[in-house]
Amino acid sequence: MEDKKAFIAARVAKELKDGDIVNLGIGLPTLVPRYLDPSVHLILQSENGFLGLTSGETPEDYKGYLVNASGRPASIAKDGAFFNSADSFTIIRGGHVDATVLGALQVDQEGNIANWIIPGKMVSGMGGAMDLVVGAKKVIVAMEHTNKGNFKVLKKCTLPLTAAHQVNLIITEMGVMEVTPEGLVLKEYNPEFTLEEIQAATEAELKIDENIKKMEA
Amino acid sequence: MAKAQKISLAEAAALVKDGMTVMAGGFMANGTAERIVDELVKTGVKDLTIICDDAGWGRKRNPQTGEYEGEARGVGKLVQNRQVKKLIVSHVGLNPECGDMYAKGEIELELVPQGTLAERIRCGGAGLGGFLTPTGVGTAAADGKQLMTIDGKEYLLELPLHADVALIKAYTADESGNVQYKGSTRNFNPMMATAADLVIAEADHVVPAGEIGPENVHTPGIFVNYIVDGGME
Repeated sequence: MEDKKAFIAARVAKELKDGDIVNLGIGLPTLVPRYLDPSVHLILQSENGFLGLTSGETPEDYKGYLVNASGRPASIAKDGAFFNSADSFTIIRGGHVDATVLGALQVDQEGNIANWIIPGKMVSGMGGAMDLVVGAKKVIVAMEHTNKGNFKVLKKCTLPLTAAHQVNLIITEMGVMEVTPEGLVLKEYNPEFTLEEIQAATEAELKIDENIKKMEA
Repeated sequence: MAKAQKISLAEAAALVKDGMTVMAGGFMANGTAERIVDELVKTGVKDLTIICDDAGWGRKRNPQTGEYEGEARGVGKLVQNRQVKKLIVSHVGLNPECGDMYAKGEIELELVPQGTLAERIRCGGAGLGGFLTPTGVGTAAADGKQLMTIDGKEYLLELPLHADVALIKAYTADESGNVQYKGSTRNFNPMMATAADLVIAEADHVVPAGEIGPENVHTPGIFVNYIVDGGME
């Protein structure tokens, strides 16, 4: 596959509807807006304190005063709004965000997610991720299916959790998996792989949706 | 309205003493009172507990040379200069040196989910004894905290935060201490201005009382004790 990340981001883009209020995590999720249908306009929430995050050059008047949630210079829509961090998390925790898209170190069949610490190796901190996955109406994990051959889609996360039972959808270069009370259901598969290959790359047991479709980006 | 007192950078820094708890506004140093931080680096005040969104920007170790490279920004400067005993923050990802210091036991770290951190500070300033949040239930963030069930849903009891001093970054401050922020620099500043015994606002522009206009005031002047002219004209 030419570009796994682009393929995953393009598939994620199809999950988002015109007018959705969306928070995108760092890395791969920030690619998603490039692949939106032109008829779909999202309202992007930036947890450091504004709605209406846009791509493009920071306006002259805001230079030094406007960054995105990665701390990089950013831009805001004309009809955007600034607010403080308590209000920002009122929006996030209060269920006013339609979807959040974020990466993960591990995710499991119960919808648990781990993405903030590897004890003894990486101390980064949870930032706003714990609030986002608890508060957003839909939690989409967008990530590569495995990490250097190691499972990332597990029966049970082994790393410290970011949140328990909050993930709704997992989108990787291999397929689209929905978290259900019965476990992970493979809804779509990338025809570059066989179902056996996808299961072999997944520690969790995948239930195959009876109407399974080919994954298209 | 009472006037906030205008003081120099050196006078502001002298208000911060060894062992104090200091709130610093800013998100990855965007909205941090950078000039006061620079002055604190000069005074060498130590054993600080810093409450901030994050550890600012910090240096990264070059695995080839073993040397730390890059430039610290925001409270990252105080971390790098070994003036911080403990950090209460939501992440340290942009300050690799801070992560290394933590691994070596050179700094204490209390990692708090960002929304919980903002709300704990808000509670501290609002006279509230705490709040209940679903964030962190079932994770390490729940360790040692009281779990409460309300209408069948689980919440963690989170407690307020206070500080001795808050360092606020204003875009404009008027001589009555009213503050207006600009862009995304607002972040934690408004809550911190309410939750510390002493509040110092570093302003890019200091204007006569009333010039901001009551509708445009983000932090009322009664919360601000001192103004430092950050000198952007």
